[in-house]
Amino acid sequence: MKSKTIKVDYLARVEGEGALTVRVRDSRVAEVKFRIFEPPRFFEAFLRGRPYSEAPDITARICGICPIAYQMSSVHAMENAFGVKIDGQIRALRRLIYCGEWIESHALHIYLLHAPDFLGYQDAIQMAKDYGEIVQRGLQLKKVGNDLMTLLGGREIHPINIRVGGFYRVPTKRDFALLVDRLKWARDAALDTVRWVSRFAFPEFEYDYEFVALRHSDEYPFNEGRLVSNKGLDIATNEYENCFVEEQVSHSNALHSVLKERGPYLVGPLARFNLNFDKLSPVAQQATRDGGLTQSCTNPFKSIIVRAVETVYACDEALRIIDQYERPEQPSVAVQPRASLGYGCTEAPRGILYHRYRLDDRGIILEAKIVPPTSQNQKIIESDLLQFVSRNVNLPQDRLTWQCEQAVRNYDPCISCATHFLKLEIDRA
Amino acid sequence: MKSRRKPKLAVWKFSSCDGCQLSLLDCEDELLAVAGRVDIAYFPEATRAALRGPYDISLVEGSITTPHDAERIHQVRRASKFLITIGACATAGGIQALRNFKDVKEFTSVVYASPQYIETLNKSTPIADHIRVDFELRGCPINKYQLVEVISAFLNRRKPNISPHSVCVECKQRGIVCGLVAHGPPCLGPVTHAGCGALCPSYHRGCYGCYGPKETPNTAALSGKWIELGMKDEELLWLFRSFNAFAEPFRKESETHEK
Repeated sequence: MKSKTIKVDYLARVEGEGALTVRVRDSRVAEVKFRIFEPPRFFEAFLRGRPYSEAPDITARICGICPIAYQMSSVHAMENAFGVKIDGQIRALRRLIYCGEWIESHALHIYLLHAPDFLGYQDAIQMAKDYGEIVQRGLQLKKVGNDLMTLLGGREIHPINIRVGGFYRVPTKRDFALLVDRLKWARDAALDTVRWVSRFAFPEFEYDYEFVALRHSDEYPFNEGRLVSNKGLDIATNEYENCFVEEQVSHSNALHSVLKERGPYLVGPLARFNLNFDKLSPVAQQATRDGGLTQSCTNPFKSIIVRAVETVYACDEALRIIDQYERPEQPSVAVQPRASLGYGCTEAPRGILYHRYRLDDRGIILEAKIVPPTSQNQKIIESDLLQFVSRNVNLPQDRLTWQCEQAVRNYDPCISCATHFLKLEIDRA
Repeated sequence: MKSRRKPKLAVWKFSSCDGCQLSLLDCEDELLAVAGRVDIAYFPEATRAALRGPYDISLVEGSITTPHDAERIHQVRRASKFLITIGACATAGGIQALRNFKDVKEFTSVVYASPQYIETLNKSTPIADHIRVDFELRGCPINKYQLVEVISAFLNRRKPNISPHSVCVECKQRGIVCGLVAHGPPCLGPVTHAGCGALCPSYHRGCYGCYGPKETPNTAALSGKWIELGMKDEELLWLFRSFNAFAEPFRKESETHEK
């Protein structure tokens, strides 16, 4: 059959509601549409007129999977606006809670959302019938991430302990005592995860991506750094809007983001890894080699290995921070609002999350702009699908459809975030 | 259930952040046990498989914000024996109900350059405004242990053990010093539905009402007390108008502090 339509009306195992349509004519891909029909929620509009202090709690509600990312980007933007720099143990605790979110989010995606594709199961619960111990390992790994978030944040979804300037309450050194052994177990489990996923069969697929991620002079990036790419981008985060533009397309409720005059780019674990391999801890670098990767990886299907490597890193980094922890005297630093513009960009589990706020002299939000990672990856997801279907156009329909879904899930898309964002349709007429 | 067939569980999403359905996947210790007791018949966030209805228990997350969703919720109701709404979006309209106090056209144009592509309703409304709901589980996000309790209760045909009292009672149970009495940070504890375990007060911050109004809340008395202690109308407006802004007691109270 020369013409066909691959259509998935409601893409599963992603966070939020989306769909995919691929139209094939004369054995060539005519069109790929990655649609987001998650209803818009208008965060940027209703943040107007609210006080700066509410931004971390309100923007967290954009996404139940990565609330820490929203809280971190917003508090850094506000502190940037008010000229406050957070360092010492409060800065370290922010890295630590982000480690928790990466562990939780990556374990969720690897074990519950992505691995079933590689092993041919509809979901992790069916997979558990044959891989019971492995699914249990994934769940317990995820739980360690959640427990870390709960200890520091009060709860794992929409934590309540993050504020502009720091925390409401900081833990004592002893509060971490029970977690240390579990984090050591988690680091070993993450190392086992790298070995497990590296044995999966990966489709042959490489692409010359432009990777964009934060880069910091002496650490693997979470909250700070310059925005860099493998094709020459190197800017401060407040220059973001000079280099990136958001476009609205009729088929999606999420805005598409592109690099000016260059086009689509890739954010997330693959980008972070390719741009920051040298900043991974020795344990995580060794795990990379054990997983059969070098310091560069351009096969998006192998992002599952990279996520596992980052999980090793997050456990390792969490242990380092806890080991060096001394309780700060004050849980937060006082801030003084002023009329200003503030910028924040941090590494959500799925990639860079940009916030910009304009504030008045009382710290009331006059304007807010939020660019989540999934809206930045939408174009590259469409590009991957175009390439992938073009090369595999003669596969049987159900197999091709499943592989297209898998290609989308490579990005761990979070659609709730992107609408502020999936359904697969392959039309061969 | 009478027959030996396993009951079917479905999870539906409307306008939301996915956090409340994630709570089910966050039950790391209980997930496989729950999956052993029910057939997870429809849960797109977790599985490609989709079994046809009818479903014994439907969990509904999110609020109604589009004409299409206003239709879809009726189909979900028809396909469900018991329908349980989970979280502040489904039970009160959620944070996106802040649009209900403004002009949605203005909102669309703030976020989107071509608002004509965006289909949305003027108001974000709770599920119970559209259909009959068998149980509402509150919270932004819900408490995952309460979720397991509610599922277990419906499977066993008993009343869920979810207390409708205030966060204050949970504070007293935990022996936390009262912020209102000690002139601490502004706190909605006296009027807010329990379920979080007095989380914010235990972290030295005031309750911000994410579980919504308790049964019979006296919001006016609480506002009066806070004004006496020096709070401004504007601050009370923000406090009542957040994640459960459109829940009636909070909506009415917030309106009395509007200029």
